[in-house]
Amino acid sequence: MPPGLPRYDYFDHDADTGVIGRGVTLQDAFVHAAEATFALMCDPITVAQDERIDVEFEEPDPELALVTWLNLLLAHANERGLALGCFELARDGHRWRGSAWGEPWRADMERGTQVKGATLTALHVTPQGDGWEARCVVDL
Amino acid sequence: MDIAKLHSIDPWTWTVPRTPGDTRHEARLYGSRELLAAMDDKVLEQITNVARLPGLVGAALAMPDAHWGYGFPIGGVAAFDPEHGGIISAGGVGFDISCGIRCLRTNLTADDIAHKAAALADSLLDQIPAGVGVEGSLRLDANELDTLMAGGARWAVEHGYGSADDLPYIEEHGCVDGAVPAHVSALAKKRQRGEMGTLGSGNHYLEVQRVAKIYNTRAAEAFGLAEGQVVVSIHCGSRGLGHQIGTEYLVSLAKAASRLGITLPDRELACAPIQSPEGQQYLGAMNAAINCALANRQILTHLARRVFTHHFRQSQLDTLFDVSHNTCKAERHKVDGRERLLYVHRKGATRAFGPDHPSLPARYRQVGQPVIIGGSMGTGSYILAGTAESENRAWSSASHGAGRAMSRNQALRRWRGRAVVDDLDAQGILIRSHSMRGVAEEAPGAYKDIEEVAAATEHAGLARRVAELRPLVCVKG
Repeated sequence: MPPGLPRYDYFDHDADTGVIGRGVTLQDAFVHAAEATFALMCDPITVAQDERIDVEFEEPDPELALVTWLNLLLAHANERGLALGCFELARDGHRWRGSAWGEPWRADMERGTQVKGATLTALHVTPQGDGWEARCVVDL
Repeated sequence: MDIAKLHSIDPWTWTVPRTPGDTRHEARLYGSRELLAAMDDKVLEQITNVARLPGLVGAALAMPDAHWGYGFPIGGVAAFDPEHGGIISAGGVGFDISCGIRCLRTNLTADDIAHKAAALADSLLDQIPAGVGVEGSLRLDANELDTLMAGGARWAVEHGYGSADDLPYIEEHGCVDGAVPAHVSALAKKRQRGEMGTLGSGNHYLEVQRVAKIYNTRAAEAFGLAEGQVVVSIHCGSRGLGHQIGTEYLVSLAKAASRLGITLPDRELACAPIQSPEGQQYLGAMNAAINCALANRQILTHLARRVFTHHFRQSQLDTLFDVSHNTCKAERHKVDGRERLLYVHRKGATRAFGPDHPSLPARYRQVGQPVIIGGSMGTGSYILAGTAESENRAWSSASHGAGRAMSRNQALRRWRGRAVVDDLDAQGILIRSHSMRGVAEEAPGAYKDIEEVAAATEHAGLARRVAELRPLVCVKG
């Protein structure tokens, strides 16, 4: 990962927002892209790690894997009514296994904007320096 | 956008010149020079990409409020012929399938509600589930959702939400044909379990508005509108169910396009021939989501009526019209004098049938379909009427909103939510929201000039202005 750059960041899009995750490994970059995505909905520091979500999928294309990873997290968080703040991802060839931790939405949580889904727009997973950068536009 | 890249047909109609040998269809943009100059270059790229899709009929069109979307520009309209290899595209519909606006006219004036406006605003925030992570009181299992997806707003009426009198004033009379709940995944249904009757977040809102100006007396009379009257607009969509359908089919259609040898200029244009199994599956799921959105706005209409009745015992809120923005609909249109069945994608665009269209309720038959252009919470909205001319110009389509002038990140850097609320309060506009971040992202200054969008929509012949609405109370998701 290039020194001095934050592990997650955002880029501009007219109606929505672009998320960026950076990491030493591809999996790290994806984890940080998930942090960027869920930080749009609430501050991850305020989220307790009481409940866990597990996701598993097979995808040979790293770019489609990023979108699939984010969309599975969004779907399961939405389904279970959870705010998520912590993520983990492992990869074995084309097989991806990840987990996320969070808690049910509390009335006193400061809310941001709901992310509807990760899109294929401005979707790039590329080597950057000694690490990786993963980015795409998320629909708000 | 660099205007020099466009050829002007007239002051409101622009086309992207083709290079010699380029076989794509025409890419056409509607709007004033100023609106087009303010658009991102990506709009040009995206509408030109749409013009390369198989089975396109006529031009790929961008409405005056167009902005950078994903695959299609937001404000993009394109019609495809299933008999000539026409495709259906998940990127041409979007994630929030059938996101739209329900407009209710009331028997109240702005003066009637002025003394209770703050209490009304508080009650609306309390009773209308809004914002990320907020669920509604209605919980449905998968079987109940299947019935809802087949029935749309009719299902909601049958379950005590609103009245059958609402149905003629909703597109497709509240229920689109062709919904196939079996093509909606179990995960999509699980996401929707607690989401019926919820507003969502982002640019979704429930707004109490005052009719500030009448442009067309005859159409306003037909719509039941008069200056000073209070109307209520509800902007929301198909919630988690639609998002999940969009998510799943975006990837599966991208893979289908690759397998079927469809060359996509942008992967986000994920599509399949309408008549292919993949195309039919998406169509069935998307129609199910349209019905979900229609039912959702019907339930929210019921909740809004309950709040108004609590504060104003004699109040009456009648559905003026309900329009959807993110859809692909099977419609009959005349092409070179012959009627053909086309699948019209409207991504961030409103259907705008002109006078005498057989689908319109008798009340509006002579003046055309109500078209609602939603604006920012500080500037207002417009009601227009569809024109006969729009059929030839844009498959009877018009703008849907003001369109963003800057990104959400830029808005967050420029405004603080609390300050936006205070500023609007000083102007007599009451904002209620669970998200100050959301308010900052949606600050009025982050949007384009809606007056210019509405005027350009009229000058381009897409719809004509009937009334201008100004916000009084806005509940933001």
